[in-house]
Amino acid sequence: MDKIKRYTPPSTDPWLPLQEFTQARIALGRTGSSLPTEQLLHFNMAHAHARDAVYAELAVDKLTDDLKVFELVILQVKSMSANRAQYLQRPDLGRLLHPTSAEILTPYGEHPADISIIIADGLSASGINHHTAPLLNKLIPLLQAQGLVIGPICLAEQARVALADHIGHALQAKLTIILIGERPGLSAADSVGSYLTYAPRPGLTDDARNCVSNIRPGGLSYKMGAQKISYLVQQAFSRQLSGVGLKDEEGLIER
Amino acid sequence: MGYQHTVRHHTYKFADLKILLAKATPYRSGDALAGVAAQSAEERVSAQMALANVPLKNFLNEAVIPYEDDEITRLIMDGHSAAALYPISHFTVGELRDWLLSEQTDGPTLEKLTNGFTPEMLAAVSKLMRNQDLIAVAKKREVVTRFRNTIGLKGRLATRLQPNHPTDDPKGIAASMIDGLLYGSGDAVIGVNPATDNAGTIANILNLIDEVRQRFEIPTQSCVLSHITTTLDLVNRKAPVDLCFQSIGGTEKTNTSFGVNLSLIAEAYEATLALDRGTIGNNVMYFETGQGSSLSANAHHGVDQQTCEVRAYALARKFKPMLVNTVVGFIGPEYLYDGKQIIRAALEDHFCGKLMGLPMGVDACYTNHAEADQDDMDNLTTLLGVAGCNFIICVPGADDIMLNYQSASFHDALYLRQTLGLRPAPEFEAWLMRQGITDEHGQLSALKQKEIWQNFDRLWIK
Repeated sequence: MDKIKRYTPPSTDPWLPLQEFTQARIALGRTGSSLPTEQLLHFNMAHAHARDAVYAELAVDKLTDDLKVFELVILQVKSMSANRAQYLQRPDLGRLLHPTSAEILTPYGEHPADISIIIADGLSASGINHHTAPLLNKLIPLLQAQGLVIGPICLAEQARVALADHIGHALQAKLTIILIGERPGLSAADSVGSYLTYAPRPGLTDDARNCVSNIRPGGLSYKMGAQKISYLVQQAFSRQLSGVGLKDEEGLIER
Repeated sequence: MGYQHTVRHHTYKFADLKILLAKATPYRSGDALAGVAAQSAEERVSAQMALANVPLKNFLNEAVIPYEDDEITRLIMDGHSAAALYPISHFTVGELRDWLLSEQTDGPTLEKLTNGFTPEMLAAVSKLMRNQDLIAVAKKREVVTRFRNTIGLKGRLATRLQPNHPTDDPKGIAASMIDGLLYGSGDAVIGVNPATDNAGTIANILNLIDEVRQRFEIPTQSCVLSHITTTLDLVNRKAPVDLCFQSIGGTEKTNTSFGVNLSLIAEAYEATLALDRGTIGNNVMYFETGQGSSLSANAHHGVDQQTCEVRAYALARKFKPMLVNTVVGFIGPEYLYDGKQIIRAALEDHFCGKLMGLPMGVDACYTNHAEADQDDMDNLTTLLGVAGCNFIICVPGADDIMLNYQSASFHDALYLRQTLGLRPAPEFEAWLMRQGITDEHGQLSALKQKEIWQNFDRLWIK
């Protein structure tokens, strides 16, 4: 048999110009009915980033170092979830504070602060490891300018959003802000979400929170994210509530 | 009434049918999360052995959620046809499995039994079946629906073209839609999940799809998957609504959490029907379901997630839907942990849906925190193709940039059609050939693609 000529299918289709209008994976080309090798591997890499993000760990040492500049107490806490596999299958455990962590927090509750900031791995520690310091660099000055006292910063592992209720309650904080890694997508595996809750206590549900999501370069910028959070904090303190009651005005700071 | 099974001198007791069904369910994370799963492999098989001996008649006397508490239970019990069940009413669950698989049991026979089956009977028998069994029996049962084309015929596999965009940008949606059409997708429906539930935005998307459909005379239907109250509003304003969509669950409380109930769905059904937009049929509803939704809404009453799922099909079939699909892997690993659990659940849903008489499709999908990948989806879509699934969901490059999950791609649908010898809906297939998108063998016509695109391009410039 003679040598077979190489076949390199075009990794594109004639309607490639439509890519101008969407990030969707259009005009990928094909070989037979399958993806060309180049496109297949692009996809695999995006999924690899997402998978690595889900299994990434909170970089406690690096974050502790990064956050020194704020001269705040930094505490390390964890949920009742023992590992990632359990975290993924039992979200309820990720919402409960481990007793040893409760012991660490309780003494600080004797001198309550206005705000407790919680840095949580969630579903993408990658996002948190990258974006926490630059985001807090913008956010903390805005909060301090409101005259608010910020309590210890908690680094929380295997954490779900509602873990902040237990932490805030133990610290007797008036409000919690939790920065948490969002579920990775193929286009972005490092988005940070921020939820704030006024009068945190165990048993609250999502309608008691306000959310600012997709914080990352290429999504909502650090500056915009910090402004949104700061605005919501201000509103929460002035109206002494958070959640659905604040929701309507979120749009006001879009401009 | 209790059930039990003894093995190696140990007697496992199951206090009622609800507990027995849950313990007999092949393992999945959601039932463990709910605390209703069997505690050991032995207990699970013991429950299956006990379940195999339960007479079908018991299912008519023992509701898993009380009649007084739940309108889905009332729908199931009040809508049950004793006459339809009569030929097999003396069977046990185990005997039902044997009979379903036997050569003598064919599609037309199963069709006659449709209104005799309750969701719980089918959930029960599915728990005794292997993946192979679920495929073999589902393949017998053809469920055909019509609107502007015919979906569900044997030897056909349709696709929902899902051109979502994170900000509902019309040009972004149109770009993905054109990509899908040029890859031969879109016969089940061109269906967009909107990012907002704003009626004006949704009307714009409906008008966009309708314009493309009319301009190119595409024999298909469109849908924007907004909340049913929004759709009802648009129907009343005479927007071009082909199919009326709603997510539904298998308990009244689940549906309350979705903001719907039977009478609201009935109202939307009647209103959509009255638009009379179908050309060859009047199946106007589109429902999505998925195991785990009741647990997620804290509305499961201790019933296992698969039984809850099949109960949703009782609601769906009341409204003669054009399309129903389970969004099987979307809900996350706390309900279906990995590829194995997702694949099994999809085959169960497809089997139970078909025997309930539904035009069952599947969104073969997963999120990035599930232990699954494209290989798992290849396995699943291939199995679904073999099982005679009515349609699958397709998004550009398998990546939904709005909902942030992976489903099948237009390429995947081509692979299935080519490999398994499946064809699009007949009217759509003829259109693809007329346009020159595919040839008479169903192959994409590479040479003509540029020319066809230029045809679409004119639409674009306008």
